[in-house]
Amino acid sequence: MWQLGGKNFSSRLVLGTSRYRSPENLREAITRSGIEIVTVSLRRQAAGDGNKFWDLLREMNIAFLPNTANCRSVQEAITTAHMAREVFKTNWIKLETVGDEYTLAPDPFALVEAARILIADGFEVFPYTTEDLVVAERLVAAGCKILMPWAAPIGSGQGIANAQALKTLRARFPETTLIIDAGIGAPSHAAQVMEMGYDAVMLNTAIALADDAPKMAQAFARAIEAGRMGYEAGLMPRRDFAEPSTPTLGTPFWKEEKRA
Amino acid sequence: MKIIINGEAKEINAATIADVTKILGYEGDYFAVAKNLTCVPRNQYDATAIAENDEIEILMPMQGG
Repeated sequence: MWQLGGKNFSSRLVLGTSRYRSPENLREAITRSGIEIVTVSLRRQAAGDGNKFWDLLREMNIAFLPNTANCRSVQEAITTAHMAREVFKTNWIKLETVGDEYTLAPDPFALVEAARILIADGFEVFPYTTEDLVVAERLVAAGCKILMPWAAPIGSGQGIANAQALKTLRARFPETTLIIDAGIGAPSHAAQVMEMGYDAVMLNTAIALADDAPKMAQAFARAIEAGRMGYEAGLMPRRDFAEPSTPTLGTPFWKEEKRA
Repeated sequence: MKIIINGEAKEINAATIADVTKILGYEGDYFAVAKNLTCVPRNQYDATAIAENDEIEILMPMQGG
């Protein structure tokens, strides 16, 4: 069990709900891997179109983390957060502010400002940020108890682009909940960040676009669990040279060689 | 009266946000409304008047990452 935003959870995999073959495919991915938290968004849609996606998800016993994806200004992000609170009836908000179109890198200046305003307004802010230490520090100073640094750009599947910076964030913010968001491509990437002591992993594309999304969701769930157990158990320190694991005492055929 | 709904100009015979949502067929509690980039809480739909050229955004749950 772990705590996030005042609630208890078992699963440390937060799943994005986009790009699946069908709503049923998404539902199977969620149920087969024990996912308890999913991200959702708000979009323009005509009233008569129906909403199979939402009809299906709201029946499930899971927590919703709405995002402000594609917001380009502080005001857009704040208004979207307020609208999300109306619809999803949660004070959680995955705060995203796009700063660059090509990498979808977050705009850290808008992010910090929007976070401050939303926290004052009672939101539990999950800011999608870069691995930058000082931006993280400003977000924490603004009142964020959770940070969502990227591993690599959204949807890129590159894995961990800057491992040292992610380790630094973990070391500098031991009390903050750190959730890796974006850039994870394989279960091994997820295991790696969990071994660093990250609290959870959020991902979407690597599962949604797999040939078998529910199976990939299970694979990630197990990798995340394994990584977390490894972290809790304590990883051995890295060494530059070999150290024999089999005892050298009593080595067969050994004799003291006399050097002439 | 001409207002902008989700980015498109529309002629609509409405005085409040409640009128707009009713005319467009939005029902239940699975949508949210903003007027001129400010969220309008559900309990304010009746009390929120609209004016010519107001920009109304009506959003619904969607897949998201």
